[in-house]
Amino acid sequence: MLPNKAAVEGVGDAMQLAEVKGRSLWADARTRFFRNKAAVASLVMLALVAGFALFGGTIAQYENDFVDFSLIGSNAYLGVPSVDTGHYFGTDSNGRDLFARTVQGTGISLMVGVVGALVAVIVGTLYGAAAGYYGGRIDGIMMRTVDVLMSIPFMFVLILMLVIFGRSIFMLFLGIGLISWLDMARIARGQTLTIKNKEFVEVAVATGVHPIKIILRHIVPNLLGIVIVYATLLVPNMIIFESFISFLGLGVQEPATSLGALINEGSRTMQFGYHWQIAFPLFFFVVTIFAFFFVGDGLRDALDPKDR
Amino acid sequence: MSLLDIEDLRVTFATADGDVNAVNGVSFSIDKGETLAIVGESGSGKSQTAFAAMGLLAKNGRAAGVARFDGQDLLSLSQGQLNKIRSKDMAMIFQDPMTSLNPYLRVSEQMAEVLMLHQGISKSAAVTEAVRMLDAVRIPDARARVTMYPHEFSGGMRQRIMIAMSLLCQPRLLIADEPTTALDVTVQAQIMQVLSDIRNDFGTAIILITHDLGIVAGFCDRTLVMYGGQIMEEGPTHDIFASPEHPYTSGLLKAVPRLDREDATLATIAGEPPDMSSLPPGCPFSPRCGQLLDNCEAERPALQAAGDRRRACHLSVQEVA
Amino acid sequence: MSGLLSVRNLSVTFDVRLPGSWPWTPSRKLHAVSEVSFDLQPGECLGIVGESGSGKSTLARAIVGTIPSSGGNIMFEGADLANMDPRQRRVHRRDVQMIFQDPLAALNPRMTVGEIIAEPLITHEPGTPRKEVKTRVGELMERVGLLPNLINRYPHEFSGGQCQRIGIARALILKPKLLICDEPVSALDVSVQAQVINLLMELQRDMGLSMIFIAHDLSVVKHISDRVLVLYLGRVMETAESRKLTTVPEHPYSQALIASVPIPDPVLERARPRPILEGELPSPLAPPSGCVFRTRCPKVQPSCADARPVLEDVGGQHFVACPYHEATQILAANG
Repeated sequence: MLPNKAAVEGVGDAMQLAEVKGRSLWADARTRFFRNKAAVASLVMLALVAGFALFGGTIAQYENDFVDFSLIGSNAYLGVPSVDTGHYFGTDSNGRDLFARTVQGTGISLMVGVVGALVAVIVGTLYGAAAGYYGGRIDGIMMRTVDVLMSIPFMFVLILMLVIFGRSIFMLFLGIGLISWLDMARIARGQTLTIKNKEFVEVAVATGVHPIKIILRHIVPNLLGIVIVYATLLVPNMIIFESFISFLGLGVQEPATSLGALINEGSRTMQFGYHWQIAFPLFFFVVTIFAFFFVGDGLRDALDPKDR
Repeated sequence: MSLLDIEDLRVTFATADGDVNAVNGVSFSIDKGETLAIVGESGSGKSQTAFAAMGLLAKNGRAAGVARFDGQDLLSLSQGQLNKIRSKDMAMIFQDPMTSLNPYLRVSEQMAEVLMLHQGISKSAAVTEAVRMLDAVRIPDARARVTMYPHEFSGGMRQRIMIAMSLLCQPRLLIADEPTTALDVTVQAQIMQVLSDIRNDFGTAIILITHDLGIVAGFCDRTLVMYGGQIMEEGPTHDIFASPEHPYTSGLLKAVPRLDREDATLATIAGEPPDMSSLPPGCPFSPRCGQLLDNCEAERPALQAAGDRRRACHLSVQEVA
Repeated sequence: MSGLLSVRNLSVTFDVRLPGSWPWTPSRKLHAVSEVSFDLQPGECLGIVGESGSGKSTLARAIVGTIPSSGGNIMFEGADLANMDPRQRRVHRRDVQMIFQDPLAALNPRMTVGEIIAEPLITHEPGTPRKEVKTRVGELMERVGLLPNLINRYPHEFSGGQCQRIGIARALILKPKLLICDEPVSALDVSVQAQVINLLMELQRDMGLSMIFIAHDLSVVKHISDRVLVLYLGRVMETAESRKLTTVPEHPYSQALIASVPIPDPVLERARPRPILEGELPSPLAPPSGCVFRTRCPKVQPSCADARPVLEDVGGQHFVACPYHEATQILAANG
C-alpha cells in the first residue's frame, strides 16, 4: 500500500518548520524575578551603589589620602559637606575628603562581600556536591572536615592572623574565604543528596557518564538556584563581617578604608556634632545590605521550584 | 428526590497566566444507596467536581452553579454549616490517606475526637465505636491496634482506617477519590471488597472517582465519563461498557489492554490529554476524535438524555465506532 | 542455546542500619532480590510482575548496574556484568539501556531535549561531529513520534506522554541490544498509555530489541511480553509463556494476582469468583521461613515453613516454585 500522500506531505512540512526555541527554567525565573518590584528596585539600587564605587573617584575633587591642611582646626564648620569646597561629603576627622574615602570604602566592602560569596559558590558548591554525590565514607570524611573547621572560633583565629601577619586586604580575603564556603558546602551537600536520587541522575549513571561530568552537568545546574539565593544573602553577611573586623580596628590598613572602618571613625566623632562623618558611610552600608537582602528574597521566590 | 443534585457546576482557578476552567457545566445526581463512577483522565475535572461539592477547592478556585445535598445548596452555605454537613452526612476519602491522618495522634484519638465532637458521647464510648468501625473495614485485631499511630500501618491498612473514619458518623454519601490508585492489585481487591460491604451494610451512596475502568466495571451502578471538564457520556455501567455511545468512551475502552483478551495492537486515541487553559471552542474531545464532523470543532455538543443515558456528541448513536 | 542475557542466582542485599545505632554495630541485611535466574533470547520480551516491595525495580537496576549485586551472575553476551570492575562495565553500558516510570523526573530539567537525547551518544562516541549528532537526534525524535523542531525545548514544556517518548529516544540512540522498562506507562493516562505501549512494541520489532518490561499491571505486562516472571518478596514464584501464565497459572500467588486484576467488562467482572488474598506483603527484613508466600497462601501446608521450594519445571518453559502447584483456569480466554 502506498503511504498516504497527505501524511507524507505533513511530515515534509514538519521538517521545514523552524526549530522552536525552548523556554528554560532560567528564563522562567527571570520573568518571575522581574515581576517582583522590590527586588528590581533593589537591583537598580545595587547597580547605582556599584557605579558609585567604580566611577565615584572621577568626580571626587581630592585623593582619598590627601589631607586638606587648610581645614585643620576648623573641621566643624569648614569640613561640612559642601559643593563649594569640593568636599561633597565633608571631611573626616583628619581632614581627608570623605567622598573619596566613601567611594573607596564602598568598593572594598563590596569586593569583600563578592569575593567571599564567590569563594563560597565555587569551593562550597563543588565540595558539597562531590561529598553528596560520592556519599559513604568519602562523604563522611569530607563533611567531618567541615564540622571541624566550623568548630574553630574563626573570629578569634582571624584576629590572631591579622595581628601576627599584619593587617592587609589579602589576609582579610584569606580569612573570609576560609570560612564562607563551609555553610555553602553543607547546603550543597544536602541538595545533592536529594538530586542524586532523581531518576535523571540514575539514567546518566546507567548510561556510563563519568562521575565528574554527572556532577557538573546534572547536579550543579540543579543546585545553582539555591546556591545563587544563598550567595546573594551571603554577600551582605560578609560585608557585615568585614565591617565588624574593621570596627574593631583590625580590618583594612590605612590609608585604605572600608565602610566598616569609616563607620568606626564616624562613631567616635558623633558626639562632637560631626554627624556627616557617620551618616554618609552608614547610608551606603545600609542601602547595600538592604538591597542585597531584597534581591536575594526576589531570587528565592523566582527560583523556588515549588512555584510551578 | 435524589441525595446529591449537581446542576451546571463550574469551577474556575485563578492562576498567574489567567483563569483556567477546570469544570465547565457539569450536571448529575446520585440517589440514596447508589454507586456512581466518575471516570476520566488527568485534567478531566473529575476530582475538582467532587472537591467543589465538598467545599474543598484550593484557595484560588471558585465554584458556580448548584450542588444540592438533601435540598440544601452546598455552594451557598457558610463554612460552619458546610462543616456540619461534611462531617455528618458526606465524607470523602483520598488517594493518599496520610493527607488526612494526623501522624502525631493515635488512631483512637483521631477517631474518638470526631465522635465526641459530633455526637457528644464519652471518650470510652467513642473508642468502642471506633473499634467497631475498624472491625467493619476488617482491620485484624482492631481493639489492640486502635492505639497505634498512623505510620505504623501499611498503605492498605491506612486506607481502611480512612474509610472507617469517614464512616464514623454514618454518612449518607461517601466520595472516594482514586482510593486504590496507590495500592497493589491484591490490596486494591481487598479495599473494593470493603467498600462494597459498606454499601450493602450501611446503604451508603458512593461516588467513585477513578481512571481505572476495571474497578468501575465491577463496582458501580452508573458511570459518568468526563473529558476536558465536561460530561461526555453517562448511563448504567452495563450499558456504557457494552455499547459506548461516545467516541471517547469507546476509544478508552479499546485502549486498555485486557487480561482476558489477545490483542495484536491496542487501538489508541491520538494526541494528548487536553490543556485546560486553552480548550477548543467546540467539543473538548474534537482535537483527538477520529470521527470528526464539520461542526464538532466550532459547536459544543449539548448533553442530551435518551432513556436512562445521556451523551454529548454530534454523531448519532449508530455512527459511533 | 545461550541467550542474550542469562541471569543466574542473582541476589541483591541492602544493608539496613537501625536509626541511632553505633557506626560499628553490624547492619541488618535486607534481601531485596534473592537467587533469581532467567534467560532472555534476542528479540524476546520478558515481563516481570510483582507488587510493590517484590524487588522488581531492584532486579532491573542490578542488571543495568546502578545497584551492585551481592551474589550470582549476570551473563550478557558471555561476559559477566555482575563481577566486572566499573571501567569494563562502562563499555557494556551502551548495550543495556533503561526507561523509567516517572517520565519527567527522568529528564534533567536544565537540559534541552536535544542535549538529553544526545547525552549517551556524546558519552560513548565523543568524537561524533556535532552535525551528525543533531541529525541522529532529529531522526530518532521523529521515530518516536516527536516533532524534530522541538529539539531546543525543555522537558517541562512537554506532557507526560511526550516526556516518556523523549526517554525512549534517549535510551535508543546508541542502538542498544537490551531495553529495560521500569513501569514505563504507570504514570501515564489511559489513552496515552496505549500509544506508548504500541510504540515500544513497534520499536522492539523493528530494531530487534530484547526487552525486560516491568510493571505491576498484569494486563499491560501480558499484552507486551512473550514470557512473564512473577516475583514475590524478591523470589521467583512462577515463570511461563505469557498467555499460559494468565490463563492457567500454577502457583497460588499467580492465581491470586490474576484474580485480583479487574477486567473492564461488567458482566465478566461481576461473575468472576473472587478469592481475595488476605493480608499484605511481609517485611523483607524478616521474610517468612520456607516459602515466602506461605503467610498469605490459601493452600498453605505445614511443610511450607520448612524448606524453600525450588523452581520446578512443569514442561514447556513453565517453572513453578510450589510443590503443591496445580493448574487452575482463572480466566476464560476469549480472544
